[in-house]
Formats: sequence, C-alpha cells, structure tokens
Amino acid sequence: MNWELLFQLLLNGIIVGTLYGVVAMCFVLIYKSTQVVNFAQGEFLLIGAWVCWSLLVHWQMPFVVGFLFTLVFMMAFGVLLQIVVLRPMIGEPIISVIMVTIGLSIFMRAAVNWIFGQSAEAFPRIFETDVVSVLGLNVQPAYLMSLVFSLFIMAGFYAFFRYSRYGLAMRATAFNQQVAQSLGISVKTVFALAWAISAMVSALAGVVIGMVNGVSSALSFIGIKVFPAVILGGLDSIVGAVVGGLIVGMLENTAEFVDGQFLHWGNMLTIAPFWVLILLLVLKPYGLFGTKTIERV
Amino acid sequence: MASVSMRPCGDFRTSYKDDSRLFDTALTARIGIGFLLALYLLVGLPLAFPGLADWPVLGWFADSYFLSLGIQICLYGVAAMGLNILVGFTGQISLGHAAFFGVGAFSSAWLNNTWGIPVVLAIPLAGLMAAAVGLLFGAPAARIKGLYLAIATLAAQFIIEDLFVRLDWFTGGSSGAMANAPELFGFAFDTDQTYFLFALTITIVLTVLATNLMRTRDGRALVAVRDHYLSAEVMGINLTRYRVMSFGLAAFYAGIGGALYAHYLMFVSAEAFTILLSIQFLGMIIIGGLGSVKGSILGTIFMVLLPEVMAGGMGMLQATEWGNQPFLVNGLAFLREMAIGAAIILFLIFEPDGLAHRWRQIRAYWSLYPFSH
Repeated sequence: MNWELLFQLLLNGIIVGTLYGVVAMCFVLIYKSTQVVNFAQGEFLLIGAWVCWSLLVHWQMPFVVGFLFTLVFMMAFGVLLQIVVLRPMIGEPIISVIMVTIGLSIFMRAAVNWIFGQSAEAFPRIFETDVVSVLGLNVQPAYLMSLVFSLFIMAGFYAFFRYSRYGLAMRATAFNQQVAQSLGISVKTVFALAWAISAMVSALAGVVIGMVNGVSSALSFIGIKVFPAVILGGLDSIVGAVVGGLIVGMLENTAEFVDGQFLHWGNMLTIAPFWVLILLLVLKPYGLFGTKTIERV
Repeated sequence: MASVSMRPCGDFRTSYKDDSRLFDTALTARIGIGFLLALYLLVGLPLAFPGLADWPVLGWFADSYFLSLGIQICLYGVAAMGLNILVGFTGQISLGHAAFFGVGAFSSAWLNNTWGIPVVLAIPLAGLMAAAVGLLFGAPAARIKGLYLAIATLAAQFIIEDLFVRLDWFTGGSSGAMANAPELFGFAFDTDQTYFLFALTITIVLTVLATNLMRTRDGRALVAVRDHYLSAEVMGINLTRYRVMSFGLAAFYAGIGGALYAHYLMFVSAEAFTILLSIQFLGMIIIGGLGSVKGSILGTIFMVLLPEVMAGGMGMLQATEWGNQPFLVNGLAFLREMAIGAAIILFLIFEPDGLAHRWRQIRAYWSLYPFSH
C-alpha cells in the first residue's frame, strides 16, 4: 500500500471536490429557484474561462481587470440566456426544459470550440509555480488558491441567502412561486438573478480550474461531473451540493488509486462516480439531503 | 403533447373500430401504400435491369449518395421510433439511447462473427440483447422519473460507452469489430440498392408494429402513464411493469437500428455511440413530434438531411468571393453541431408539437380546400 500516494490523491480529491461543490451549488441554485435543470452548466465554465483567457492574452489586461470584465460579461450572458431561451419554456413539461438546456449546451460548446479552437491553452501565470508543502504533501499554490476561492464563494452564498433582501426573495420564490409573487416579489427578476449568479460563479470556477489545468473543451465535462454530486447531495439542497461535490472528488481519486494499485482497469477516474450514481438512484433516489416528495392525488 | 389529428367537419368516429383505424380514409391508405410500392419499384427496377440506371429519374434511385441517405433515415428512424415510444408515449426520458443503439450494433456483429448465426437472425437477436441491457438499466426507471431518470440514463450512457472499449471479447476493444452483409437464401444485400430495400422492409415492419402497439391495451396504458400516472395506477395499470416495458421496447428498437447500422457500414467502433448521438435521437423525436410514429420518421429525415443541406450550402458559399475563408471552411463540423442545438431549441420554443403537427395542418388545409373552416 502506497500511503503517501493515497493521501496525495485524497487531498487532490478534496480540492477538486470543493470546485465540484461550487459548480454543483450553481446548478442547485438554478434548479431551486427556477425549476430548470441546467445541462449547460459546464459550458458556463468553458465560456467564462475562455473569455477571461482571451482578455488576458489577446487584450493584455491585468488579471484583476480581465477577471472583473469576465464576471460582468457572464452576468449579462446569464440574464440574456434566461430571457431569450428559458423564459418561453416556463410551464412546459420537464422533458422540454431538459432538452432546451441540452440544445443550449451543444450549441455553446460547438460555438466555443469553433471560436477558440479545441487545443488546450495555458493561462498566464498569476501565482508563482513553486510547489508548497502542506503536512508533508505537495500542493500547487493555484490549487490552494482555488480552495480558498471555493470556501470564499460558499461563505458568500451563505451570507447572500441569509442576510440580503434578494437572497430572501430567492428563497421565497424557491419555496413557492405563487405566494412569492403575491407578496410583491418580482419572480422574473429572481429568475434572471439566479441565472446571472450561476453563470458568474461557474465562470469563476472555470477560471480557477483553467489556471491549474489550462483552458480546453474538457472544462465542459465538469458540468457532467456535477450530476453525481447533486444527486448524491439531493437536488434541492445547497449544503448537499457541496457535500456531494466533496464526495465525488474524493471518490474519483480513491477509485483512481485502487485502480492504479490493484485493478488496472483504467479510466476509473471518469467512470466510478457514474456507477455510484446508478447504485444510489436504485437505493436512495432522493439523495442524502434532498426533500422527499410526497405525492397526493 | 399528442393532439388528435384534424378531420373535416362532420367526420365523426362512431365506433372504437373507427377510432383505431391505421389510415384515416381509404384514400390515405392508398396513397401511403402506393408511395411505398413506388419506392420499392423505383429502387428495384434499376437493380433488376441495370440498363435502366441511366434513365433520368430512375438514375437518382440508383445513385449511391441518395441511397445512403435513405438507408441512414431507415436505421436512425427505427431507433428514433423506439425512443418516441419511451419519451413521446410513456413520458419517460432517456439520454442513453445511443448506448443501446451501440449494444445492438456490437451484439449483431458478435453473434454473427463468433457464433456464426446468420445476419438475418442476428439482427432481431441483437434487438433482444439490447432490450435485455435496456431492462437492466431501466430497472431504476421503475422507481424514478423525470429529471432523476434523465441523469440515471446519462450515467448509463457513460458506463456502457466505457464498457464498449473495455470488453474486448465482445466489441473488439478500441480497434472495433467487423460485420458482414446480411444474406438471405444465398442472396447478399451488400450493395447500397439491395441494402436500402432490406432496411426499408425492416423499417416498415417495425413502423407497423409501433403504430399497432398504440391500438392495443398496452399502448393505451403507456399513454395513460404519460398523461397522469397516478390516475393510471388508480385505474389498475401496473406502473412498474409499463415503465420497464417501454424501456425494454425502446432499447429493442434501438438495438435493431444499431444492428442495421453495423451491417451497413460493415464496421463498428465505439466512437460512434457517444452522448451526441443520444442527443441527436432526442432531437429527431422533438423536431418530428413527440408521441407520433410518423413524426419520428419526419424528424429523422430532418436530422439526416440537415448536415447534407449545410454542406451543400457551404459548398455554394465557398464558390463565392467572400465565402471562401478558412474560418468558414474549417468550421463546418462545428456549424453542424450548432445547427443541431439550435434546431432543438427553436423547435421547442416555436413548434413544440414538431413537424408531425405541421404535417397535419397542411393536410387538413388541403383536405378542406377551398373552404378551410
């Protein structure tokens, strides 16, 4: 047993897992407040990372400025998407809504691949590259930064929903749209806000992952990795999304370890979360923290 | 979702027998059957008399480009029909249809190569094998629905796709598997013309089966499960049984489509059955019209012709002065994917009932012409 490797992989799992958790949170945010299952979540990461990359590389902006521009762009993009594509779908059956976001996802991915190319590009260095040692394990500073970023975002989410007026409005809308509307909350604004926040935070995660692994079309696959995470956590629980993300991150790295040491099947990093997902759906369909729907005739 | 087809005023159905007719009127029956007979003749005649292939109109039907489009429409159409039984009639959703299509393709090649089972028998057996896999992954479908089912089938797609590469003995691993052309009584369907007739025959049989399914108790039970599953259950319909059954049926159709695909290309490789194909299948039935057998075929025609039309348009654009830029020329593959995505979105927003609905409106307009009220 190679303990050092196991711990190293587990640490990576925790760091990647928090990023999954952040993206899963964005997914849950949209699902909770607008009842839309966003299959295009991964493309938000992709677009955000590429926009930031081109601002930094082609326009030679300093990181902070380019990053802020990216966030503003993604906010506008999220709102636009909600108004143009998702608003006509309100009240349609769930299959249609799922299909619209799937259509969006392949449209955006193809467009991005066309514009920016399919090869991976490295981000300009923002942090020094020296490896930092934490408790005897090697960690890249960008990874540490991403951990800090993720925790910061999660704290921000918590504060937003707990203390801000709009956060309260969003929670009310998620609880019951009609009641919220009759209390004077503009449900339209809440929907647009949910997409804007989700797009912005996803782009942030995309930039962070891009800094570590380079920007490429592989980023959109994170959007698919989110599904095991949200199902594990229960679809409508933000805390569950974070926990689910962490579990998936650790799970895939443990699977990688077991596979590399004993099984030698290959490709377990990608596939293991889906096996767990299928098993979980058979055993506990509402996840660990999800609301059990009780149906009445 | 599904709407009653429009009929002229005064044309009422007074018995259940009337209500479950395959064709609305004797005229539509004649047109439908006549169209298919004409198709057989137009493709069959140049085959029997090769000299006829030089004739102006008959020549098109001997052209391998048009025939290959026709074959693609047949084999994808069969799979799309299966998906429509699941999505359009039962209201379940599957993002893993391409995986079952792939299971059919590999099974048929494997049965023929390893066990020496004739291809004509291997194709239905492959359908059954795909159905078995479908039932396996459809078992969770008995308990979950909607979004959870979408995600479960998405997971199934990735797992099966991974198994295609992993199971060397079954699929030939990453190098793929060879498949033979079907043979019947010593006659090999190995040209485009013969294979088109072969695929067309199977497609017609399966279309009739799917249409007939909707006239049986089982078919009506599926629709009841879709429209209001709680009421259906109260009325004594076994939800689990019908949900799993429609999953199995969908996988069976996908398997047959996949087997046709394998024996047409004579080579199967795992890369063909990605999530993008699954999405294309869903696109076909959405564009064609959910809950309509005819719509599945119309949607397949749309989806198969879309890239061809785009490639044609691109060719014309390149002939012009400003269109011949590498940016556009290299972007065709991306434009194709974008067009698929855009078609799905636009149809869902502007024509949620699909081409089948449009078709019914056109028909109603002409059958009532010139007094269209």
